[in-house]
Amino acid sequence: MSQYVTFTLADALYGVDVMRVQEVLRAQARTRVPLAPPDVAGLVNLRGQVVLTVDLRTRLGMPRLVDAEPTMVVVLVEGEAISLLVDAVGDVVEVGPDTFEPPPPNLDPQLRPLIRGAHKLEDRLLLVLDVAAAVAPHPAHPAPTPTLESR
Amino acid sequence: MDDVDDIVREFLVESHENLDQLDRDLVALEERPGDRPLLSSVFRTIHTIKGTSGFLAFGALERLTHVGEGLLVELRDGRRSMDQPTTDVLLAVVDRVRDVLAAIEVDGTEGTVEVDDVITAVETLRATPAAPPVASPAVVPAPHRAPEAEPARALAPAASTVQATPVVQATPVVQATPVVPAASVPAASVPVASVPAAAAPAGQPAPVTPPAPVTPRAPSASASPVAAVEPDDHAHVRSLGDSAIRVDVDLLDALVRQVGELVLARNRISLLAAASQDLALVRGAQSLDLIAGELQEGVMKTRMQPIDHLWSKMPRIVRDLATTCGREVQLEMSGGDTELDRSLLEAVKDPLTHLVRNAVDHGIEPPDVRVAAGKPAKGTLSLRAYHTGGQVVVEVTDDGKGIDPRVVGDLAVARGLRTSEQVAAASPADLLHLLFLPGFSTASAVTHVSGRGVGMDVVRTHVEAVGGTVDVESTVGVGTVWRLRVPLTLAIMPALTVECAGDVFAVPQVNLLELVALGDAQGVAGIEEVHGARVHRLRGELLPLVPLAEVLGLTPDGERATGTVIAVVQAERRFGLLVDRVLSNEEIVVKALSSRLKPLGVYAGATVLGDGRVSLILDVQAIARRAMVADVADDAAAAQVGAAATVAATPMLVVGVGGGRRVALPLQQVARLEHLRVDQVERVGGREVVRYRGTMLPLARLDALLGTRGGTGRDDLLVVVLERGGRTAGLVVDEIVDILQDSADQHADVVDHGLLGATVLDGRVTELLDVRAAVLAADPSFYDAAEPAEPATEPAAAPGAPRSGHLVGAAR
Repeated sequence: MSQYVTFTLADALYGVDVMRVQEVLRAQARTRVPLAPPDVAGLVNLRGQVVLTVDLRTRLGMPRLVDAEPTMVVVLVEGEAISLLVDAVGDVVEVGPDTFEPPPPNLDPQLRPLIRGAHKLEDRLLLVLDVAAAVAPHPAHPAPTPTLESR
Repeated sequence: MDDVDDIVREFLVESHENLDQLDRDLVALEERPGDRPLLSSVFRTIHTIKGTSGFLAFGALERLTHVGEGLLVELRDGRRSMDQPTTDVLLAVVDRVRDVLAAIEVDGTEGTVEVDDVITAVETLRATPAAPPVASPAVVPAPHRAPEAEPARALAPAASTVQATPVVQATPVVQATPVVPAASVPAASVPVASVPAAAAPAGQPAPVTPPAPVTPRAPSASASPVAAVEPDDHAHVRSLGDSAIRVDVDLLDALVRQVGELVLARNRISLLAAASQDLALVRGAQSLDLIAGELQEGVMKTRMQPIDHLWSKMPRIVRDLATTCGREVQLEMSGGDTELDRSLLEAVKDPLTHLVRNAVDHGIEPPDVRVAAGKPAKGTLSLRAYHTGGQVVVEVTDDGKGIDPRVVGDLAVARGLRTSEQVAAASPADLLHLLFLPGFSTASAVTHVSGRGVGMDVVRTHVEAVGGTVDVESTVGVGTVWRLRVPLTLAIMPALTVECAGDVFAVPQVNLLELVALGDAQGVAGIEEVHGARVHRLRGELLPLVPLAEVLGLTPDGERATGTVIAVVQAERRFGLLVDRVLSNEEIVVKALSSRLKPLGVYAGATVLGDGRVSLILDVQAIARRAMVADVADDAAAAQVGAAATVAATPMLVVGVGGGRRVALPLQQVARLEHLRVDQVERVGGREVVRYRGTMLPLARLDALLGTRGGTGRDDLLVVVLERGGRTAGLVVDEIVDILQDSADQHADVVDHGLLGATVLDGRVTELLDVRAAVLAADPSFYDAAEPAEPATEPAAAPGAPRSGHLVGAAR
């Protein structure tokens, strides 16, 4: 069984491994970083630590959120806290391996490294985000498609 | 399993410390062979390692230390004196022990480290009849001392293996013999043989002599070896161990971080309290303020270490190096108790070692040369550390041959790092600074000590990486001083906060020279342009300006922001960083930048300001590299690309000479651009000259030369200054138009007086000035200097020509 912290981006439901998530909090004032790639949304002060914020919408090729306050999901990637901007945070869900399927072949190759696959929930799909790939400096080279979700 | 690992780890940590001490002691021992406390210290260290390695079943290590110990026993007994071969062998033992320890550190086993060769070396040495110590006739007091130590020590080899393994206590000798190879049996037997002999005299004077308390223990040692092993020495160790504990560095780092957060939280509380009427809150905030401050100071101190930690390795390095290079070197160290942050200590380790190596290898001359020069045969290398103005200065001084700036200059030319004109114009101090350029190494021959491709540029890079600087002073024949300056701590640094396009950035104070407010009065007038390249006249010299907003790709607020010029210094050149507003001076806590942002290369880190906002710290060196087109490294790289590539595009200075005519001259030949007042011009003979930088600058008016009519009635002259071998000449032009890249394939022949041809620059036909002819009109002897005639009169032939930045460089 896997546990995911879920969140929404546009109309889609995404999940990140619950073990990776440090905390969830309301968006804070960000300091922009000139010259940084577009998906870098800035730096925030998280109790004295300077934390990089990645706008997941931009990273996943969606338009930026307008007229709404995003939420920050702080994840740990290689020991470094990185905050992800998402539309809204949902529940923690527990899913089994039987509902999992790898990404469909018609998924945009650009996004393939970012989406490990989908869990078929009753009413909708839960897309599993590869956090490390999502915050990696450059869109990964067409990496071997992650075809399996362990456990 | 974990317990065992812990023990091994503890053993490794302890042994490494001990080995460093050992290095120092052995070298010191060579100087003062009779020093008994030193010998004891050396013996103790080896003995401890041997004991523990036996317990932990590191057989090879035990064998190695055992023979080393055997040799030390001979030394201590006075049967051998400390001479160089002995020191060498002992150092070899220490090195091999280190190797084995390194292997253990890797995978917990001794691996495949070979120890037998060293063991053989020790045995061979011990087999050769040792020179009896000089003091042998005068040993009268020795019998007292020696026996006193003897029984305990002599038992040590056997005892040590047992000491930690009480199970085999009953059979200590048996335990020792199978482990120890046959070769070392004599080692064991020697002390054993000496026990009775030694014990006898020890026993008799026992009631009378002061060492008595120790001697009675000797017999009992055989019964309970564990207790008997050097009780004295253990007492020392313990007292030291009781007052200090080892703490994980990560834990300390975490503490420092948390205290940083506490200080920020305190700042916020203080703000709240200041606005409050509640007296209790105000008092509470005040005491919080105090305590947090003290706590911060205390925690910072835990990270401070004396520089002695680095220096302890130096005697060994210097000794080995001096032996290899055939030098005689006296090492002097002072200020070893100067403390600095351990991460900085780590950062200066390699640069410092490099400087020391360099000083021995290249600085200090061989003894015969020194004597011939009237110096003592033994050179002096001194290390000095001290605090000054929030920084730690470390000096490496040698009294060697010094560095000749002219040689440095010639080498820079030979390596294509500088042109001969630049070198001729540079001051000796500037020339010495060339040593820090990448691709520069003074080692005329690559020895195995220096000149291994790690040059002074690496030293500089290392030191600058932690916000430090390095410089050099040298007097030929007298010696050289290398000076490292590093901040006390990396965690906090003074910085200036500035605003640019609505964002706040921090500029480290170390980079800052001065602030120049342009203000409204001067307004945009304070900024002039050399065709797009902005400059400011600062006390008569042109200061290139770098608008921060442009470097960062920001859109300035409203109309063109012209607030303040910040003069920023850095090793290569000075420039002004143009920002909107200067906010304040702050002590900032430096936070590491996310690994994703490091490649951007313009930020040195981030910080949280007093109001809780995050601010980026600018990397001024990197911004300079980014904004200043002509970088030394670029030039060098361009030169390496080959002349063919550079022929294609030569940077040309395009000037107007009146009548709408534009002529171009190779930028490489231009040293400076100057504004001079007409009333400065004086006449000497038929020529116009101005007094300029302490010399006469002969002028030639290009308009007259080329038959056009330039702007008349102006009260200033725009002068292109050319320089060659210390001579200067000025060409008066009407206007400076631009710096453009000239392609040789666009050249056309134009035969006219004073011209070499024509080319197309920026879509316009531009005449190529015959610089030689023009200069000769100003100064007929300009090219008479001894230097070879240069090919550069043909503009297209100048390889690796510098670009506009050299105007900048020259404007310093």
